[in-house]
Amino acid sequence: MSVSTCPSRPDPDGDVPERDARGLDAADRAIVLATQAGLPLVPDPWGAVGREVGMSGEAVLERMRAMQERGVIRRVAAVPNHYRLGYVANGMTVWDVDDAQIDRLGREVAAIEGVSHCYRRPRHLPHWPYNLFAMLHGCSREEVERQAAVLRERLGEACRDHRILYSSRILKKTGLRLARRVPQE
Amino acid sequence: MTLDDLDAVDRRLINRLQDGLPLVARPYAAVAGELGIAEGDLLYRLERLREGGVLSRFGPMYHAERLGGGLTLAALAVPEADYERVTDTVNAFPEVAHNYRREHALNMWFVLATETPEAIAETIAGIEAATGLPVYNMPKEEEFHVRLHLPV
Repeated sequence: MSVSTCPSRPDPDGDVPERDARGLDAADRAIVLATQAGLPLVPDPWGAVGREVGMSGEAVLERMRAMQERGVIRRVAAVPNHYRLGYVANGMTVWDVDDAQIDRLGREVAAIEGVSHCYRRPRHLPHWPYNLFAMLHGCSREEVERQAAVLRERLGEACRDHRILYSSRILKKTGLRLARRVPQE
Repeated sequence: MTLDDLDAVDRRLINRLQDGLPLVARPYAAVAGELGIAEGDLLYRLERLREGGVLSRFGPMYHAERLGGGLTLAALAVPEADYERVTDTVNAFPEVAHNYRREHALNMWFVLATETPEAIAETIAGIEAATGLPVYNMPKEEEFHVRLHLPV
């Protein structure tokens, strides 16, 4: 990972800025704080963020590209409200899958059309035997059940049991937020 | 604002922007060019979609662990009579990023996002103390796929 100096704080001695444990320096962190609620909807969003954090728009763009390359930013994208787009049936499907096969089958299930998120998670026996989670979204429960049937078939004998947990109410949806604390550097 | 309020251009815009904005100097102009509309028209539509709640948000999607923080999915089995009280108690924790009611004995499912990985355990202990209920912690052990795309 290349370490670039913050353009707003030129460093004639050639020292690189210190990074905290998360691999973000103070300038990256300022950009995260300024954009975590959303990107400005103006022709030059990087310049707008830059004015807020005391950097040039070019520097903001360069840092965002670098963060995307490192996977800190998955992408800069629109997050739709499922319900408003007609996806009123949102099912968290959970599967009790043979431990010896779950890594292969998890990848296969994840590739099936319509699966938005797919993870292996720990069981909590005896109450919770499910170790594979796959989110499905449909315009009706019937549609989600049809998708789940495709997953069931793919998992075959390796799957002992499954459930579909529909969401019936959004209780909170603020997304990931870093606290606005001063970075300790 | 609902699906019926969207025209064909809105739909193409929503589909296109779920894939991600190019990180270039005039990103909205670039996408507008792809869609054959004016930059100003795109910005106006995007603002309307965001204000109208069709989009929950528009911006960078940060990867919690790569930011150096902690992230987990956790669940509670909440007695129905206590559901409202427990909802308020759990939602009051700033570490709770999302919280959904789901139809199961484990009827409350929430995502915790914390500044440090260590803070997950502290937050769970705090929620257990505040609600009097055991928290089922289900951190991801493997990520096979994360790519929400809802075509309209």
